[in-house]
Formats: sequence, C-alpha cells, structure tokens
Amino acid sequence: MDTPAQYFDWGFIHISYPNLLVIGVMLVLFAVALVAPFPHGGDRDA
Amino acid sequence: MPELEAADSSWTLRARRWVDRVLPMDNLLPHRQPYYVGSWVYVFGVITIAALAWVVVSGVVLSFMGPQWWHVSSLGRFFNSLHFWSVQLFFIFMVLHLWGQYFMAGWRDGRAATWMIGVVIFGTSILTAFTGYLSQQNFDSQFIAINAKDAMNGAGIGAFFNVLNFGQMYGLHVMLLPIGVTFLVVVHIVMVRARGVVKPIDREGGSAS
Amino acid sequence: MKARVHVTQEEYYRGVRMKSYDLLKELAYALAGIAALTLVLAAVLSSPDVPPVTIAGWAQTDPVDFVTTATSELQGSTTSAGYGAPYNNAGGEQSWGPIAPQIWFGQRMPIDSASAFVLQPLKYASYGNTELGAALSQWDSAKADQQTAWLKAYSDALGKATVKDGKVAVADGDYGPLPVMMNNLLGVAQAGGLDGLLLVNGKFYQTDYTQALLFMGDGGYLDGLAHDANLKGDQWGMMNETGSYPGQTWLWLYTAWYQVFPFTSDNGIIGLNGGNADLGIIILMTALTVALALVPLIPVLRDIPRWLPIHRLIWKEYYSPKKRST
Repeated sequence: MDTPAQYFDWGFIHISYPNLLVIGVMLVLFAVALVAPFPHGGDRDA
Repeated sequence: MPELEAADSSWTLRARRWVDRVLPMDNLLPHRQPYYVGSWVYVFGVITIAALAWVVVSGVVLSFMGPQWWHVSSLGRFFNSLHFWSVQLFFIFMVLHLWGQYFMAGWRDGRAATWMIGVVIFGTSILTAFTGYLSQQNFDSQFIAINAKDAMNGAGIGAFFNVLNFGQMYGLHVMLLPIGVTFLVVVHIVMVRARGVVKPIDREGGSAS
Repeated sequence: MKARVHVTQEEYYRGVRMKSYDLLKELAYALAGIAALTLVLAAVLSSPDVPPVTIAGWAQTDPVDFVTTATSELQGSTTSAGYGAPYNNAGGEQSWGPIAPQIWFGQRMPIDSASAFVLQPLKYASYGNTELGAALSQWDSAKADQQTAWLKAYSDALGKATVKDGKVAVADGDYGPLPVMMNNLLGVAQAGGLDGLLLVNGKFYQTDYTQALLFMGDGGYLDGLAHDANLKGDQWGMMNETGSYPGQTWLWLYTAWYQVFPFTSDNGIIGLNGGNADLGIIILMTALTVALALVPLIPVLRDIPRWLPIHRLIWKEYYSPKKRST
C-alpha cells in the first residue's frame, strides 16, 4: 500500500484510483440503498 | 396535572415543562416509525453516528498514548489505522446521509434548522479532520501544512490559526473540535427526534398532509 | 412551508400508519457493523506513514539545493522572504480589489528569513569556530552593494556546483565569505543541528515548527518529493494521500477550483486569477458552504428534490397505490 497510487486522467480531472474507488463505492451504495428491499418489522400498528 | 401558578417563577419547572413539550420521552425513544420509513437510505445517519463513535474511541486511545506512539509501536500503528479507516467511513456515510436528506427535501415542515445544523457539522468535521491530518507528524502533515498555510494567510487568519504550529493544531484536534462536533451531533439528533422524520413529498409537490 | 406553531408529533402523524422500529437495535447493528469493517480495513490495509523530511536529510541528499536555498534567503528571493504578512512586509500579499484580509491583519508572526534561517544559526555555529567567526564579521561589515555582488556571483556559480566530500564546490570567483558561511551552515544542517536550532530557538520546549517548515518549503527538495506524491496544489493535491490510500475525498470541490479558470490563469477574470487564488477560492467556498446551509431557503435548489423522482424510490410504499392505506 506504500507504493504511489496510479492516477486516472480525463480532461482537467486527475484523480487517484483509490479516491475514484471510494467515490464509486459511494454511488453504488446510494443506488443500492434506493432499490434494495427494506425489512418490515411488525407491519401492522405496533 | 395541576395548572401553573400565575407567577411561575421556578426556572426548573419551566425548563422541565419545556422539555416535556418539545421532546417527551415518547419522541426521544419511540419504538415505532411511520410505515413509509422503509428505505435503506434512512440508515445512513445512524451509521455515520456509529462511525463517529469509533473515530472518538480510537482517537482517545491515540491521545492517551501521545502523538508519537503510532510511529514507534505496531499496536499504535494499528490504532492509527482504526482511526484512519473509521474517519473514511464517517465521511462516506455522512455524505450519503446528506445526499439522502437532500433528495428527500428533509428540511420541510419546520426542519430547516436541522438541515442547517447538519451542514455546520459537515464543515466542522472537515475542520476537525484537517487538524488531524496536520497532527500526523510525518511527511504528509509537513506538506499539508506548507501548502495550506497559503490559504489561511490569504484569508488573514494564518497567524491565529497557524497550520505550521503542531501544538495548536493538535490541541484543537484532540479536544476543542471533537467537543464541538459531538455537541453539534447531539443537538442535531435531538432536533430530529423532537420533530420526527419528515413526511414524503406529496403528489402536489408539498408535504404529505 | 414554515411551521411557526409547534406541531406535536401526535398531530403531525395523525392518520399515518405506524410500524414497530427499534432505533437502539439499529444503533447496535451500526456500531457492530462499522467496528467489524474498521477492524478488517485496519488489519488488512494499515494506514499511511511516510517519515518526515528533516533538514539534515535534505542537506545530506541534496546539498546543492540546500546551499542554493540558503543563498536565496540572504538574497531575499525565496517564497518566505517575499511573502508579506504575516511574516514580513515584503508585499507579496493576496488581494481581490479592496478585499485584502492578509494585509489587514498585518505582520502577526514576524520572521526575517535571512536572519532566522541563515545568519542566527551561523552565529551559534561560530562559537569556537574562528574561521566562521571571521567570515561572519566580514559579511556583517560589508556594504549592501558588496553583499549583493557576492550573492549574485555565488548564486550564478551554484548553477554549476558540484559536491566534493559532502561540501558544495563552485568555480573560482569573488564570493567573499559566502563559501565559508554556506559550507558551515551545510555542515550544521547535515549533522542535524539546524533541525534543532530552527525548532528550539533557544527555548528548549517547543511545539511550533513554523520556522523549520517555512525554510524547508523554500527549497526544491521537499517540493520535488511532494510533486512525486501528487500532493501539490496543481495536482488536486489536497485530496490525495501518500501511497495507495484514499485521501480527503471530501475536499474535491475545494481543490478542483485550483485546477480551473480563472485560478490557473495569469490574467483571469474580474480580478480573480492565479495570483490571488487562495483568497478567491476561500471566498468562493465560504459562499458555497453558506449556500448549502441555506438550501431550504433558496428557490430552485430547494425544489430540485421535488422534480427528481429519487424520492419516489425512497418512499415507494407511500406512492404505490397497491399498498397505500387511505
């Protein structure tokens, strides 16, 4: 992990792959949270 | 319950009645939620709190052992790693929580202040992390300090908030700013519990009535 | 939109079907989950810790850069020497029209680069060193014109300097006492003495690294290492970490401005350019942060969530006619 990171370049964007991974994971997590079914505990009036 | 006397000079009684009105125990610790609380988006807030708890716990251990410990001990390095990764998770889930609240327009129905406190927490957390990165006493902190001083000096605050002064940055990081973040988070949670979760956006675009 | 009258939750949720939901159990799961994830990440990936650069390391690894920097300090041509407030009155402050907080707050941390980084340490080093003592006397008693001439000649010669036996050697020329001064300073630095002198300043206890960091920042050595690690301002450096670790991704917008017009341009627009980028971007980011806090009050920004169908996914139970109870 101590070797320097590789970078992704696109236009003026210059981002490390670890950072890109973090952002990518965040987008995936948000998308999954939107669609994944949520457990229903004690549905009717508790 | 007996009615209040006209003078009602007891601050204690007034404070208690205010709390009973604004945050009764039923609202602070409800065992039910509206049926529409049915999305994983709702858990990002509590996960952020959990990450913050581990940031603080790992940070307390690091501060107890002193700022040099993690450089000279493998156990210290491990606790630094716990602190590093819990901070990453804290920011990841805080931003996911921000996205969720934005797309839910969570500020409706008198909840604007809750949103604003949230943004203040975001900014304070960034400042806290910044002082942490400056406290590392390694190459990264050297260059962050040398680079960041220009922004602080440009804003005129460089002599009052001197990023090259380890003692100042460390003191802010281990005490003042964590107290600030924790206090703000408690206020934020109390505000959420006092009003309850916001209703869905209704068909006409306002709040569901 | 505003609910000035306090609405109790009983009133707010009247008619809304409730279901059981265990907040404390949810918190417990979150604590356990994050603990597990953090433990695994820490155990498998550890954390970054590139050792700091010392002045000793700099002087040993790149003596020519060290001596060139020290010479530039005496010439007053380094970044710190020409910085302006809060360190000195050299006039390098940033401003945007009438907005100049750097100037307003003045020299709160006076540092004379030439004296602090070169001459004072040399005075300490001259105890018991008669050759250095004589060189310093020659320097102190020379007129400013003479000092400037020596400095120019020496700094030009440093462009072709070589390193012999750990000392910096230049072609023959009239440099006055500078070669003796600089090679002595180099010796002090290589032995670790300058790290100590610039930190301790005769006071023993210290936690303020301002002088040592300003001096190192004036040189090319630390800067080169930072460039290799993609930490510099024009490399989105604020967001980056050493090694293959994620950095401060939440600073993406702050650092992004440094990569774009007008802050990459000499001329810029409406008085904002590369020269006052730090001030301009702080003002810009403060405004954007305030705007983020005030989203509930800002038209269009506060209406976008209603226009986008994302909330329909979050509240699919509410919008689904099959499940909705009336």
